[in-house]
Amino acid sequence: MKTKSPSEKRLEELREQAWKDGVVTGRGVDVAGGPIPHKPGYYGQPVVKPPVWTWEVPLYFFMGGIAGMSAVIASAALIFHHVDLARAAMWLAFIAGAILSPVLLIMDLGRPYLFLNMLRVFKHRSPMSMGAWILSAFGGCAVPGLIALELHAHQIFSGPLDQLLRVAASIFIFGSAIFGTLLATYTGVLIGATAIPAWFLHRTLLPIHFGTAGLGSAAALLELLGYRIPALNFLGFYAAGVESALLIWLSVNKHGAADRAIHEHGSGWLIRIGELLNGPLALVLRLFGFIPFAAISFLVGALVSRFGWIAVGKVSACDPEAVFASQR
Amino acid sequence: MIGEGIQSTNQRKHSYVRDHVEVGFFTDPSVCIGCKACEVACKEWNQVPDDGFIWSGNSYDNTGHLGASTWRHVMFLEQDRAKGNQIAGPMSLDEDPFRWVFLSDVCKHCEEAGCLEACPTGSIVRTEVGSVLVQNDVCNGCGYCVVSCPFGVIDRRPQPLPDAGGAFKCTFCYDRQKSGLVPACAKVCPTESIVFGRLDDLRVQGAKRVQQLQEAGYNDAQLYDPLETSVRGVHAFFLILGEPEAYGLPPKPQIPTIYLKSAWSSAFVTAVVSVIATLLAFAFFS
Repeated sequence: MKTKSPSEKRLEELREQAWKDGVVTGRGVDVAGGPIPHKPGYYGQPVVKPPVWTWEVPLYFFMGGIAGMSAVIASAALIFHHVDLARAAMWLAFIAGAILSPVLLIMDLGRPYLFLNMLRVFKHRSPMSMGAWILSAFGGCAVPGLIALELHAHQIFSGPLDQLLRVAASIFIFGSAIFGTLLATYTGVLIGATAIPAWFLHRTLLPIHFGTAGLGSAAALLELLGYRIPALNFLGFYAAGVESALLIWLSVNKHGAADRAIHEHGSGWLIRIGELLNGPLALVLRLFGFIPFAAISFLVGALVSRFGWIAVGKVSACDPEAVFASQR
Repeated sequence: MIGEGIQSTNQRKHSYVRDHVEVGFFTDPSVCIGCKACEVACKEWNQVPDDGFIWSGNSYDNTGHLGASTWRHVMFLEQDRAKGNQIAGPMSLDEDPFRWVFLSDVCKHCEEAGCLEACPTGSIVRTEVGSVLVQNDVCNGCGYCVVSCPFGVIDRRPQPLPDAGGAFKCTFCYDRQKSGLVPACAKVCPTESIVFGRLDDLRVQGAKRVQQLQEAGYNDAQLYDPLETSVRGVHAFFLILGEPEAYGLPPKPQIPTIYLKSAWSSAFVTAVVSVIATLLAFAFFS
């Protein structure tokens, strides 16, 4: 007789297996808990909850960094009369920041159809709320900025209207640069101001890392798109140099058990590989003049380290000893 | 009748919501018998879906931990220590000290709540009685409260459970309290290990109980109510025997907003330095 109760079903499975194979292989229960548990905390259960975020969030961190810092490069290019570069950078800012970033952020929600609820309130003490507003403001500047710049570049209108478009393009692009710097760096605050030990212990490093990785990625992507100018090369050196320094900081500023997720496990390897690729390796490749390889190395490193930091959060949250150590 | 003993507030009707009185839970493991009636009552009243039957092997605890579909969780601690003046029975050939402690864990309803501060939709609010409530119809499931709770209480409910995608935790039975009823877990607790009442009264009662237990030989009895940290105390506090770590409770919980200043400063410095570096790059190399 078949029953529907899960425990009875399990017993029937075992019976069937015994009948068929003559031997039963079962997972059994975790006996490490008894008779007296010798696991940290309460049977090794996590003290804080691991993030529920999946691949969309680290990819969003990567895209947001590129978009935000592309707008900064576009502004500088506009000031120093590199109109073609400014256009390319604004296209990057538009695609990564006004299309891909919102899509990724909405995809990650548990209830994507309620995404507009993000704009119900303005809470300066919630980095998630600030992020939603920063991204909206960035999109609100980057889209009209790009449209005005393209209309001006193609000389669609003439006379005073064209002058007006030029001014409007400058204002919107400078606006998108201001919100862009915040878009690239706030993500570090977002994960830095949480209850997860490996994250909050490095809350000062994270915005520097995310912002600089964004700047370097934007420059690297523009170089790969064919804009091989010394200014972008300098930015490549600058970003790889800062990332190398951060790699040293991270290996010196250790907190023992509290942040061991950064130095151990798979998450530690992701961080290390990411930081090596966008730090020392990108720097050395650029020194020897292999600019496209340096650019690719930096981009891959920036992407891997974003995934690494989310993985670190998951490992660290599930480690009760890390939480206890961070509070002693 | 059960609950009509010493000055119980567990079975009485009240008007705390109307009168804006701060309420709380005082949970006392020294009288808990581990019956899990609180877990059952919570699930039934709040219609919380079952989230799987997993045999943990951890004493009599197959619930695991608090989460989106577990708002009360009875812990079963097995420790090699004596309980008060207890004379340990023959656990093995020697008479090893041994104690079994049951504690019903719940959302702490912090005075300064990490989840509430983190929520970007305004879905999480503070109620008239001081509890922290998630408004399910507003929550869009961003998951930021999950990493902002220093106690690891709130979580996002996974597919394919009903109402999946939103963040859930104990509501302090706000719906019942509005009608003058006591939260379901406290109402059913047969030994009044869970006491519901005015927070100030409960704090006095808790302190008295600790003193009473210590006089009875429970030297490691203490209250778990983080008043000195940035959480500034909780509405659901506990009496614990031994260290908080053994219960999976953080010894010094902090609200993550205390990290905002240094993190944002770092972000602003990075923003300004990045702009300067970019301008310098174009000024000197073009």
